[in-house]
Amino acid sequence: MHKAEKIWLTLSFGMIIGFMLITGYQAFAKDMGPPSYGERIDPQNVDETAPFDNPGVKQIGENEYEVIMTLQIFSFTPNKIEVPAGSTVHFTMTSKDVTHGFQVADTNINAMVMPGYISKITQTFDEPGEYLVLCNEYCGSGHQLMGTTITVK
Amino acid sequence: MIAEKTGLGKADSKLVMSFMWVTFISLLIGGLMGLLQTLVRTGNYTLPFGIGYYQILTVHGVILGLVLTTFFIIGFQFSLMAKTVGMTHKQRQWAWVSFWVMLTGTIASAIMILLGKASVLYTFYAPLKAHPIFYFGLTFVVVGSWIACFVNFHQLYQWKKKHQGEHSPLLAFMVVINMLMWFICTLGVAATVLIQFIPWSLGLVGEINILVSRTLFWYFGHPLVYFWLLPAYMAWYAILPKIIGGKIFSDSLARLAFILFLIFSIPVGFHHQLLEPGIDPMWKYIQVVLTFAVIIPSLLTAFSMFATFEITGRQKGYTGLFGWFRHLPWKDVRFFAPFMGMVAFIPAGAGGIINASNQMNQVVHNTIWVTGHFHLTLATTVILTFFGITYWLVPVLTGRKIDKKINTLGMTQTIVWLVGMFFMSGSMHLAGLLGAPRRSAFSDYQGSAQAAEWIGYQYGQAIGGSILFIGILIMLYNFFYMTFKAPKGVEEFPIAEAPDGSEPTPLVLENWKLWIGITVVLIAFAYTIPFVDIIQNSPPGSPPFEWPIGNG
Repeated sequence: MHKAEKIWLTLSFGMIIGFMLITGYQAFAKDMGPPSYGERIDPQNVDETAPFDNPGVKQIGENEYEVIMTLQIFSFTPNKIEVPAGSTVHFTMTSKDVTHGFQVADTNINAMVMPGYISKITQTFDEPGEYLVLCNEYCGSGHQLMGTTITVK
Repeated sequence: MIAEKTGLGKADSKLVMSFMWVTFISLLIGGLMGLLQTLVRTGNYTLPFGIGYYQILTVHGVILGLVLTTFFIIGFQFSLMAKTVGMTHKQRQWAWVSFWVMLTGTIASAIMILLGKASVLYTFYAPLKAHPIFYFGLTFVVVGSWIACFVNFHQLYQWKKKHQGEHSPLLAFMVVINMLMWFICTLGVAATVLIQFIPWSLGLVGEINILVSRTLFWYFGHPLVYFWLLPAYMAWYAILPKIIGGKIFSDSLARLAFILFLIFSIPVGFHHQLLEPGIDPMWKYIQVVLTFAVIIPSLLTAFSMFATFEITGRQKGYTGLFGWFRHLPWKDVRFFAPFMGMVAFIPAGAGGIINASNQMNQVVHNTIWVTGHFHLTLATTVILTFFGITYWLVPVLTGRKIDKKINTLGMTQTIVWLVGMFFMSGSMHLAGLLGAPRRSAFSDYQGSAQAAEWIGYQYGQAIGGSILFIGILIMLYNFFYMTFKAPKGVEEFPIAEAPDGSEPTPLVLENWKLWIGITVVLIAFAYTIPFVDIIQNSPPGSPPFEWPIGNG
């Protein structure tokens, strides 16, 4: 094998092993892994199943909120959420019909919300402002209208 | 038989040209849909005749992602097989069967999309429900491609029987690897369509298991992109060296890279499902690691390409650190188009690594960044290489010459494409980082200030899309010119040879049982435990939803 080939292969393997270690460290030691919550729900009886029988924003601690949310064609329940700046918000979501996506622009909130599954994701909102929430998985002809806001005051 | 081995006979040419016709008609239809999408997304254009945005988006994805690619690849691969190992009359008849079965499926699905009965996009995620004929049509496309797989396998098998103890020709080896990968991965999409979607769409069963269907789709969905890429790599490894007047860098290395693609491109589908609930995070990460492994053969390819360029240049007597680089045949479109494709693969590959990086995927998942990414990989790297192949393949098939005119037109086409893609893909990447979603019609999201920031980039996409459409029109003219008008003559089918005095290729590289065995074991490792978990812990299924796509 040529010397240049050896150098190239060493760099290639080194770089890729570096990627593996960094993503693994962040995901498992730093708890930064992608949303993977595993609880199941009957998608045809969401309204009757706790906690989704009572969707809304609940304060659960100082600067800590829980949002129980359902996603349905083409809206979010609750709509227009408001929280104080510095709040940590835990979202617990499911879909009442087809597959949706839950994304908040300018944050790392991004999760698939699928019928039959409960999705969970947490975010701390430090910067005040109005954040756009949108569905980012195609859910039908009005998909582009499925949006709301989170206002951080 | 001898004529069939030395050149491409008339019958073979007719077969391959039929695939090329479908390819370029698809390019026009799919490209027009792409242009319309970018215009709609500026917010200043409304589709006429009540046509839906998601209808043209479905056409765009199905026609370009599934139809154009599959037809070009299978046609190109038939030409490689006919050239290197030959094609018997019977094999050719089966190849025609594959063509007609695929075309029938394409037309059936296309009619359903055009009637507005299948606006489910090319990923057809459940529980959105299309007309059953849409799913039957896709099944026909896959079954037709399987016939092509077995024709290719049989071609190599027959050659090997006649050439005991010899290595198969490199290109034939590569085609068989690609078709093996295709066969193994399409089993997943065939399973979900036949077992889940068709009975459910016909109303024979009431509910569908969402996560099982998505997992089976993405078991197919990632090797699909390697199915697009490997024919480009075939041209890079084994055809480009001939065009620049050199030899293959290393026959063994090329085969090794293809074997690594076979092994590592399938057990990686979870990296498309990283943000989904219900999949164990450890198994997601294991597949992320396997995804990183598939970068290795691409890095081997990059080394091999530039080594070929340098060795060839130095053999021609060009000295200095970059003398060999300056003297590459920059004015030969057969080289220039694929080379620019290679250049595009540097940012494209880096973007792909970002997408696959587990938690980093949260930043870009389902944003238009992803669309920008595969318009660099598929719509630049792969397509420019396919165009580069077209500039010699079509003249070979039609018995015409590449004249100066077509070379100039081809160079222009390549540059137009690059400029258009720079604007379109660049704007998509940037807007995606700001949070703009993919697969969405125009929306100002109730006057959102954040959504207003994306508008400039959406205009950038429309500018790029318009330039690209001009590129498509030039390419179509080029195709017509090479088919009907270029001067008659004999054009070379360029196939590079291994360098003199190179070490013999190790026989283990052609131990099919070994490599298929490892592939199956690795798939079983990566999927068995999480897939059993998904099935055992399934929630109640979902009924079909038709009205959200404007049906029922």
